[in-house]
Amino acid sequence: MTQDLEAFRAETRAWLETNCPQSMRQPIAGDEDYVWGGRAYKFPSEDAKLWLERMGAKGWTAPTWSAEYGGGGLSGAENAVLQQELKRINARPALFSFGVWMLGPVLLEYASEEQKREHLPKIVRGEIRWCQGYSEPGAGSDLAGLQTKCEDKGDHWLINGQKVWTSYANYADWCFCLVRTDTNVKHEGISFVLIDMTTPGVETRPIKLISGSSPFCETFFTDVKVPKGNMVGRLNGGWEIAKRLLQYERTNISGFGSGARVDVVDIAKQHVGLEDGALADRDLRARIAGHKMFERACALTVQRAQEEAKAGGNVSHMASMFKVAGATLNQERCELMVEAAGNRALGWAGEGFTPDDLAVTRGWLRSKGNSIEGGTTEINLNVVAKRVLGLRDTQ
Amino acid sequence: MTFTLNDEQRMLKDAARDFFREQAPVTRLRKQRDEKKNGRDPELWTEMAALGFAGVIVPEEYGGAGLGYVALGAVLEESGRTLVASPLHSSALAGASALLLAGTDAQKREWLPKIASGEAIATLAVDEGAHHAPARSKLKIEGGKLTGEKRYVADGHIADLIIVAGADALYLVKADAAGLARRELVTADSRGAADLKFEATPAERMNGGADVIDAILDRARIGLAAEMVGAASEAFEITSEYLKTRRQFGQVIGGFQALQHRAAKLFTDLELTRSCVLAALDALDRGDKRIAEYASLAKARASETAHLASNEMVQLHGGIGMTDAHDAGLYLKRARATEALYGGASFHRDRYATLVGF
Repeated sequence: MTQDLEAFRAETRAWLETNCPQSMRQPIAGDEDYVWGGRAYKFPSEDAKLWLERMGAKGWTAPTWSAEYGGGGLSGAENAVLQQELKRINARPALFSFGVWMLGPVLLEYASEEQKREHLPKIVRGEIRWCQGYSEPGAGSDLAGLQTKCEDKGDHWLINGQKVWTSYANYADWCFCLVRTDTNVKHEGISFVLIDMTTPGVETRPIKLISGSSPFCETFFTDVKVPKGNMVGRLNGGWEIAKRLLQYERTNISGFGSGARVDVVDIAKQHVGLEDGALADRDLRARIAGHKMFERACALTVQRAQEEAKAGGNVSHMASMFKVAGATLNQERCELMVEAAGNRALGWAGEGFTPDDLAVTRGWLRSKGNSIEGGTTEINLNVVAKRVLGLRDTQ
Repeated sequence: MTFTLNDEQRMLKDAARDFFREQAPVTRLRKQRDEKKNGRDPELWTEMAALGFAGVIVPEEYGGAGLGYVALGAVLEESGRTLVASPLHSSALAGASALLLAGTDAQKREWLPKIASGEAIATLAVDEGAHHAPARSKLKIEGGKLTGEKRYVADGHIADLIIVAGADALYLVKADAAGLARRELVTADSRGAADLKFEATPAERMNGGADVIDAILDRARIGLAAEMVGAASEAFEITSEYLKTRRQFGQVIGGFQALQHRAAKLFTDLELTRSCVLAALDALDRGDKRIAEYASLAKARASETAHLASNEMVQLHGGIGMTDAHDAGLYLKRARATEALYGGASFHRDRYATLVGF
């Protein structure tokens, strides 16, 4: 077994050596380096395109998915080797994808054979970019209160309603969407459908955030006709799928921020300075040290959860915990960076500030969303209290 | 790195858990306190030693089990859960570690078997002022005789062997040595301690300098953090059960969101700290190069978590949490004692920053 793994490591190393372009072997410098794929996608560079094509063909953008659906077909141990080898050469992720992170895992679990064959390979190769139609103006934390109507018209579904906070809907090719198929019941009246964003009646409008960027959209559905075969799972059985997908999403969001382009310690050294080898502002130094320990504690806990999962333990309860800790961690980091950078982090545009300065400012404002998107911190604390600790509202 | 116990470690942990639940529940500490024993419970220590708890890290050639720090950490964690008053940390971990790392062959042969069998109790004497500051020792040695003071030495009132840390050297002092004055301290955590005064006290020099002292202290810190995670976990679990049974306004108070969120945050904090402590114990057994970082990480986080868990235990129990009849106060008092011992969160944040390079 170990021998097989070592052989796999050697093959992988050789393949990466030949196939990973040099420019893809350095840390991500900014948002522009994230590769999302999609039908009309404009790649940041030829190398980025090549890297995705090669990794996609190998199935290594979704290493553990079955090869029959385009995945890499790797075991957990082989995937661990692949990730180590990618890290060893500092390889950038070939693809950032809601399809890989969120939709794929639930399609593997709930979708029909035909749906899997249709959608999974395109996700793996980054050909189709997906967005998530969950929240609505009247259904945020109370997601199950969603009202987007989906009617059975015999040979098709007819969808009318509005979604909000749809990440990158304006760039997406398809949308996985929660719709109401029964208005008499709440959770049991929700279904999970897949919608082609080019269908007539679909319209998106970007929302400008306090950071100045527009990663989210409002998405409108007006008399949108969707083929009957596009419902995943059974009619009115969407809530279970929705919750399962949220577990994947929460685990994923909690990992955000770990790829920050600048380190808070470096910023503090640069703008606060050292005295006798220690940061001159001792109060700030102690708080940064506490933050660094929090960061290490989170990383170790993710590692522990992975180990326990491998040993067959149930760690699904940890998703909400990681979401809360991950959001807190990233927000704390951003606040410390702004504080450490002083007025350098209070610019907005122009030549008076370096790109790194501006990234700190924008990143800080963007991080405010971390405790809101994908389930607010308050909702996730509810989940931990109820499902993990068994504290109930009515007893 | 691994966070999972192997079969041997798991069995030891289960044995410790069963033993402490049956033989040393919190009522035993309470009884000791009420009888003004000030931490003395030689029968309990004899039973613990008979189960092998005193010699977990002592190699077999010296009469121990040679199971390592992860194993001893598991026993310490279980002992923390019921606030077991014993020299498990002082002697089986700190004392044994000091002899293993700094003892001469003769010193090891003389003391390790006695420590492993529970026949002798060893402890480490480090601090001289109100705070943990090992580098600022004013201890003097002249012609093989020690002069100076040590304060609030854990189990210093019951120890047979005192391992005294100077700024850059370690010494063995027998408890009955001439020129050693012990003042027994009655402490808030009912465990007792001692202030020690050395006046030309005969002492045996051990091997190693400041580096070795640091390495020994790091073992003591990590082991204590394991005990603290046990105590904090138990405090949390008792509190969580209370939230499920206490009724007000016609419902259990665990149904109130304000309390649910506090419980969920405390649980998250505990899980994060547990990972740090398990990683630190494992780092010791693996001989990791960054033990110092792991030790400060574990001790700082454990101190913060113990602080939070013990405070929440009192507050979430309401009035009953303020009474002496309830155990919350005992967890609170032990938490503060363990926070301070071997450096609290503030000491270790400072040390961690230095170690990491800022």
